[in-house]
Amino acid sequence: MITLEHYLVLAALLFSISVAGIFLNRKNVIVLLMCIELMLLAVNINFIAFSFFLQDLAGQVFVFFILTVAAAEAAIGLAILVLLFRNRGTINVQDLDAMKG
Amino acid sequence: MTFELFLFYVFGAILLGAALAMISVRNPVHAALFLVVCFVSAAALWLMAEAEFLGLVLVLVYVGAVMVLFLFVVMMLDINIAKLREGFTEYLPVGLVVAAAMATVLVLVITRYITMDAPERAGPEYANTEALGAILYTEYVYPFEIAAVILLVAIIAAISLTMRRRPDNKRIDPARQIEVSREGRVRMVSMKSEDKARGGRGAERDDDPTQE
Repeated sequence: MITLEHYLVLAALLFSISVAGIFLNRKNVIVLLMCIELMLLAVNINFIAFSFFLQDLAGQVFVFFILTVAAAEAAIGLAILVLLFRNRGTINVQDLDAMKG
Repeated sequence: MTFELFLFYVFGAILLGAALAMISVRNPVHAALFLVVCFVSAAALWLMAEAEFLGLVLVLVYVGAVMVLFLFVVMMLDINIAKLREGFTEYLPVGLVVAAAMATVLVLVITRYITMDAPERAGPEYANTEALGAILYTEYVYPFEIAAVILLVAIIAAISLTMRRRPDNKRIDPARQIEVSREGRVRMVSMKSEDKARGGRGAERDDDPTQE
């Protein structure tokens, strides 16, 4: 029988993998955005699992809104990325030092 | 082990394997495709947790729209993969240590303090989409409208960020079209009238037979 821990452990492992991905691919903005999507997926799995095990639909409504905001974030992030590549000719995070950050 | 648990392990293994492949492959196009695999197997897990509507939305919206957008952008940009891969092995140990520490802590906390068995499965008359719609359009109607506004803002932002004016574009500007006046187009020149009998410019030619 599937218990709540199964889902939570799976989501925790997925979240850890995407954190590792952010460390490993810290020069490539596209893969960084993909890792953020993976993190959001892990969080959504938690919401869905709690929604099912507590028999409360509010969790699924929350996932719905997270999906909406994540889609908006991906669209704007990729638009900024395209603009960045057009102006600077690179998407390497190390080269994006115009603000001396 | 029930068949349900077996399915859970299969899809969970696919999900974690595709996630590991996504963060370690060299080519961003392959990374995007592995992310698609992640989303599809996650959608299968959501179906098993009675979230049918969101599982289908995940496939439709994420695999169908967002990941296609990612693939478009990856293919549109001419990126030097080798340069972006610099430092991969350098950051591999610290990334693994952080991820392993995080996973250990999370798994320990979850397995020690949280125990909850699955509730009874809903009957065949239960419709997840209907139930979700019933609270989404009543109790959560204002957040729903705010979500619509967020999507509108995202559309406008994405378009206005990437739109550019090309100087060689033959685009019509309606404002300039209706601003046109007669003075801007026609130039009146005052000149002497020519001899009508000899007629026009041809009369001035040297080899004209009527010339004496």
